[in-house]
Amino acid sequence: MKHHDREALLRQIQEVEFATLELNLYLDTHPTDNNALIQYNQLSNQLLMLKQQYDMCYGPLLNFGFSPSQYPFRWIEGPWPWERQY
Amino acid sequence: MWIYEKKLQHPVRIEKCDLRMAKYLYTQYGGPDGELSAAIRYLNQRYTIPTKEAKALLTDIGTEELAHVEMIATMIYQLTEGASVEELEAAGLGSNYAIRERALFPADANGVPWTAAYIQAHADPVADLHEDMAAEQKARTVYENLLDLTDDPGMKDALRFLREREVVHFQRFGEALRIVQEYKESKKIF
Repeated sequence: MKHHDREALLRQIQEVEFATLELNLYLDTHPTDNNALIQYNQLSNQLLMLKQQYDMCYGPLLNFGFSPSQYPFRWIEGPWPWERQY
Repeated sequence: MWIYEKKLQHPVRIEKCDLRMAKYLYTQYGGPDGELSAAIRYLNQRYTIPTKEAKALLTDIGTEELAHVEMIATMIYQLTEGASVEELEAAGLGSNYAIRERALFPADANGVPWTAAYIQAHADPVADLHEDMAAEQKARTVYENLLDLTDDPGMKDALRFLREREVVHFQRFGEALRIVQEYKESKKIF
């Protein structure tokens, strides 16, 4: 997979997760807004699928068992978010 | 428990090397109104906040602030990574180099180390949430100062994103404060 494909998928994850984070904060103070909650659950499913796709193609996105890994353990592979190649 | 995601909350694309800006950015890393102060403030206040809405909000915003610490640190790291000693010195980062080479350190733009004296906790939810709202406004104005100091598009994009988050957090803390005040009113014990 090419570098820009990884970047594009990552960007998509960042966008969807930004929406779920924003809805999460909103729902913290508006827990009975059902429309927001429906949107939150829909985006949460979408986010899960995107993350699974990322894990399979580019290695684990999350640590501690939240992302499976191929052999050898791919979690230790860069680029890390602070590195320029990221 | 926290889980790490191997990604930034928002992309950081630094297009030109600007060490002067790296020094200024330190204020949002380990300065009084910086992201580290914010994360520790909220994650520490949540234990004694009484309402369920505010417990969730302090946990979630505190967690988001940790992602902002990472964005600021990434910007500083990338700006200083390839710089020569002479360049670091010329940008006022010579004293940092003397102490720790190119290592990052939670300090403000003048090198003053981060201290817990920047934050407070009172267990009084009205006092705590007012502090949190003030902190978001102070961080917003610092981001506006930083935006005045750079014309790099990548830098501006990241700073604008972080500035906007302060505005959203202020709004949410204001709502949590209203809920806390209603809760206190319903209990009527002082």
